[in-house]
Amino acid sequence: MNWEIVIGLETHAQLSTASKMFSGASTAFGAAPNTQACAVDIALPGVLPVANREAVAMAVRFGLAVNDGKAENINRRSVFARKNYFYPDLPKGYQISQFELPIVKGGRIRITVNGVEKTIRLTRAHLEEDAGKSLHEDFHGMSGIDLNRAGTPLLEIVSEPEMRSAGEAVAYAKALHRLVVEEIEICDGNMQEGSFRCDANVSVRRPGEPLGTRCEIKNLNSFRFMERAIEFEAKRQIEILEDNGKIVQETRLYDPDTDETRSMRTKEEAHDYRYFPDPDLPPLVVTEEWIEQIKKAMPESLQVQRDRLVELGLYVQQADQLTASRSTSTAALSLLADAPPKERSMLANWMLGPLSAKLNEEKLDIKDSKVKPDQLRALSRRVADGTVSNSSAMGEVFPAMWNGEGSPDEIIAKRGLKQISDSGAIEKIVDEVLSKNAKQVEDYRAGKEKAFNSLVGQVMKATQGKANPAQVNEILKRKLGR
Amino acid sequence: MLNASLKELSASLAAKEISSVELTKLFLARIKALNGELNAFITVDEEKSLAQARAADARIAKGAARPLTGIPVAHKDIFVARDWLTSCGSKILSNFVGPYDAHLIERFNGAGAVLLGKTNMDEFAMGSSSESSFYGPVKNPWNPACVPGGSSGGSAAAVAARMAPAATGTDTGGSIRQPAALSGVCGLKPTYGLVSRYGMVAFASSLDQAGPFAKSAEDLALLLNVITGFDPRDSTSIEREPEDYTRDLEKPLSGLRVGVPKEHFGEGLAPDVGAAVEAALAQLEKLGAKRVPVDLPNSSLSVPAYYVIAPAEASSNLSRFDGARYGYRAKDYVDLADMYRKTRAEGFGEEVRRRILIGTYVLSHGYYDAYYLKAQRIRRLIARDFAEAFKRCDLVVGPTSPTVAFKIGAKTADPVQMYLNDIYTIPANLAGLPAASIPCGFGAGGLPVGLHLVGNYFSEAKILNVAHRYQRETDWHRREPAGLKS
Repeated sequence: MNWEIVIGLETHAQLSTASKMFSGASTAFGAAPNTQACAVDIALPGVLPVANREAVAMAVRFGLAVNDGKAENINRRSVFARKNYFYPDLPKGYQISQFELPIVKGGRIRITVNGVEKTIRLTRAHLEEDAGKSLHEDFHGMSGIDLNRAGTPLLEIVSEPEMRSAGEAVAYAKALHRLVVEEIEICDGNMQEGSFRCDANVSVRRPGEPLGTRCEIKNLNSFRFMERAIEFEAKRQIEILEDNGKIVQETRLYDPDTDETRSMRTKEEAHDYRYFPDPDLPPLVVTEEWIEQIKKAMPESLQVQRDRLVELGLYVQQADQLTASRSTSTAALSLLADAPPKERSMLANWMLGPLSAKLNEEKLDIKDSKVKPDQLRALSRRVADGTVSNSSAMGEVFPAMWNGEGSPDEIIAKRGLKQISDSGAIEKIVDEVLSKNAKQVEDYRAGKEKAFNSLVGQVMKATQGKANPAQVNEILKRKLGR
Repeated sequence: MLNASLKELSASLAAKEISSVELTKLFLARIKALNGELNAFITVDEEKSLAQARAADARIAKGAARPLTGIPVAHKDIFVARDWLTSCGSKILSNFVGPYDAHLIERFNGAGAVLLGKTNMDEFAMGSSSESSFYGPVKNPWNPACVPGGSSGGSAAAVAARMAPAATGTDTGGSIRQPAALSGVCGLKPTYGLVSRYGMVAFASSLDQAGPFAKSAEDLALLLNVITGFDPRDSTSIEREPEDYTRDLEKPLSGLRVGVPKEHFGEGLAPDVGAAVEAALAQLEKLGAKRVPVDLPNSSLSVPAYYVIAPAEASSNLSRFDGARYGYRAKDYVDLADMYRKTRAEGFGEEVRRRILIGTYVLSHGYYDAYYLKAQRIRRLIARDFAEAFKRCDLVVGPTSPTVAFKIGAKTADPVQMYLNDIYTIPANLAGLPAASIPCGFGAGGLPVGLHLVGNYFSEAKILNVAHRYQRETDWHRREPAGLKS
C-alpha cells in the first residue's frame, strides 16, 4: 500500500529594510559583533518599540503579490503580540511577533513540478523580529552573544500542508524565493546568511486518511538540504509506522553531515510562549489609501515583463530565461526596446551567453556591467549590416569592449575584424580553394554534404575568418552548380 | 523658600533674590537633614545637581529662562537619567547607571530645571506603601511610624517634608494619587498617552503613566506644561496640540456637575476619610458646583481585573532583567537556567516575585481566556461606566484612598489588604482617564486625607481648575508636617 507524504512549510524571509523592525539600528549583515544593536535592541530598561513603516509596506506588498493584486487578504487591523521565553540572544525575554491577527491571511503560490501546475495555498504571513545569535565557539566554556541581528524584520510565511513530495516542497520554496527576491524585492534571499530560512512540517498517511502526526524539521538552509531532509524524514516515519510504531510530535534538526534528522525537543518539552497583545504597540492599522500607494509603487510583475519580451520578438524560452531575475529582466527590456526588431533575438542571446558568463565570472550585477547597452546595440548594428561576423563580434569585440578598449567600430578597425563583403574578392578566393581541392568538389557533387562544409572552412581560413559567411555560401553553391 | 510655590520660586529667581545654586543648596541641606529619618531619596548627587543649577543661573542671567528654569525637582527612581543610578527600588538594578535620559528627564532638562535627586519607591512600582524597596521603607513625614503610600512614596514624602518643591512619579493603579493622599500633597495622573513612557522602567505598559507631585494645583499645572507632549519613541504617545494647563485655573465653578459614585462611599471607607470628603463636596457646592449621583456599577471588579492585567504585563516586562547584559547577576551558577533562576530569585523582592508568578500563571496556556481575556472585558466595562457617568457630570469626585496612612508593616503580611488600598484609584488607570488627588483635611491621628478628582479624557485643565478654586478657599494643601527636625 502507498504512503502519502504531507508537507507544509514555514518560511522566515528577512525584509531588506535599512533599519530594524522596532528600532532605528542598521540591519546590514556582517558588522563586528554588537556594533549594530541600539538601546532598544539590547532591551535597556525604559526603551520602547516603534514599528518600521517600510517593513509593514513590504508585508502589504507580499500580501498583494500572493493574491493577484487584490487586497482582501490584508488585515486592515493586525496585532503585535509578545512571545515569551528566556534565551540570552532574546534580550527582552520575549519576541514581538503577530499571533491571533497577522497582517496577511491567505494567498497562494503557484508551482510547476514535472510540467504539472499546482497551487499551494498560504495560511498567513506575519511580521516579527529576529533574535540575536549565540556564539558557542572561541569562548572557552562560555557563550558569546551577538545582538546585531536582534530586531531584524522578518516576514514569516506559513503554507497550508498541501505539498505531497519533497520535490513539490522545493518547488514551492523556490517559487516563494523568486517571488520575494525577484518579483517584489522585499528580501535578499541569501540562504547562507539566513535571510531566507525554511522549516518543514512533515507527516505521512495512507491516502484518504486524516493527517498523521507531524514533525517539524529545522535548519534547512539550502534547497538541496530541504529535499534530502524531507525525504529522510518521510522514510523514517514510514518505517516507524510499518513497524506498527507511533510518530511522536516533535521538533527535529537536520544534520547535513550525516544526512539525518534528529530530535531537538518533543511536544511535552515545548515552551508555553504565553502570547498576549503587546501593550507597547497599538493595533497596526493599514489604510486603503496606503494600500493603494503600495500597489502603485509595486514593480511590474515578471510574468508581464516576460510577455512584453515575447511581444518584442523574443522566443518564449529566451523571455523565460531573461525574466528569471528582476535585474536581468529590467536590463533586457531597456536594451531591447530601443533595438531594431531584427536584432533583438541576437541581443537576447548575447545577454544570456557571453554577457551573463562575464557577469558571473566577475560577480557583478547586470546594472554594473562593464559593457553598456549602447555598446551592445552598436555592435548588433555592425553584425546586422555585415561589417563583422557574429562569431568575431562575440569572440573578439565583446571581450575587448569589456576590457575598455572602446566602441565596437574602434575595436573592429584596430583589430582588422571587418568582414570581406566584396563579392569579387571572395569569388577570387573561392576559385583558388576550388582549384586546390578537386577531391572535395568531386565528393560534394557525388552527394556528400560534409564536403561543402569543408570547402566553406577552407575559404574562411584563407580569409582569416573575415569573409561574410552568407556570401561565401552563396558563391560556393553557385560555382559548384548545385 | 521651602514653602514657596513654583511661581514664587520662579519670580524670586527672575528677580535675582536667590540663585538656583542657593535654592538647590537649600533643598540639598533639607534632604541631608531629613533623609536619614524619612528615606525618601535613594540617590542624591550634590555635584551633578549644582552643575545644573549653575547652568540654570547662566540661563537666567541671559534672560532665557522658562517657568521652571533653576527650580530643583526630584524624580522617582523609575525614570532613567544619564549618569544617575536608576534602581527602580530593586536589587536587580542596584548597579544600573542610566546611559540615556528618559523623555520626562529630557523635558525637565530642556526647561532648565535642576535634578535634585532620585526618590525611593516600591520595587518596580509594585506596592501601595513604599515598603518593598531594596533601599528600605520610606516614612510618612506626618508620622514616621506610618507609610507615605506608594509606589511613589519617596516623591510624595519629599514634597510633603519640603525636601523638594516638586517631584515626579508614575501611576499604574494609584501610585501617584494614593501616596499624594496619604502624604498630604497634590498629585496628578494624566490621561494615558499624554506623557511619553520612553525611559520609564515599565511595570504594566497599558496602565503606566507619569505625572507630577506638588504642593498646589497651580504647581501641578506648571509641571504638566513641561512633561506632556507627543514623543514618536512611544507608540502609545498621543499626538495632539499642546495645551497650557494654567489657562483655566481661575474659571468659576458655577454650574459644574460633580458626580458622586455611591460605590466609592460604601463598605470599606473609613469614617474619618468619608467625613473629610463629604466636607470637601460641600465646599465645592458652596463654590457653585452641583452634586450629581452617578453609578460605577463595575467598580468592585476593578481590583481583580487589575491584578490580572498588571501582573500579566509585568511578568513579560520584567523578563529583560535576566543578569545577561546589565544589572545584578548571581555569583555562583552551574548553567544558563541556573543563572536565570538565581539571578532573578536573588535580584527581585517578594512582592515582585509574587506578581511575576501571578502574571505568568494568568497568561499560561489554558488560563489565558479565563483570566486575561476576561479581565480585558471587565476593563472595557469599567471604561463604559465612566463614559456613562460623564454624560451626567463633569468630574467624578470621591476619596482617593479608603483610609489614612497605616503603620509600617501593618499590611505587608496580607497582600490583598494592601491591594485594596487602590480600590478607588485603579478604575481611572483601567479606563486611561486623568485623575488627581489633593489634600482635603485630616483624619485619625492627624493624618492627611486626599480628595480624588477623575475627569474625562484630556480634561486635565478642568481637574486643575476645580482643584485650584477649591485651594483658593481652603488651606489643607498649605499645612505642613510638624515635628520634623531642622
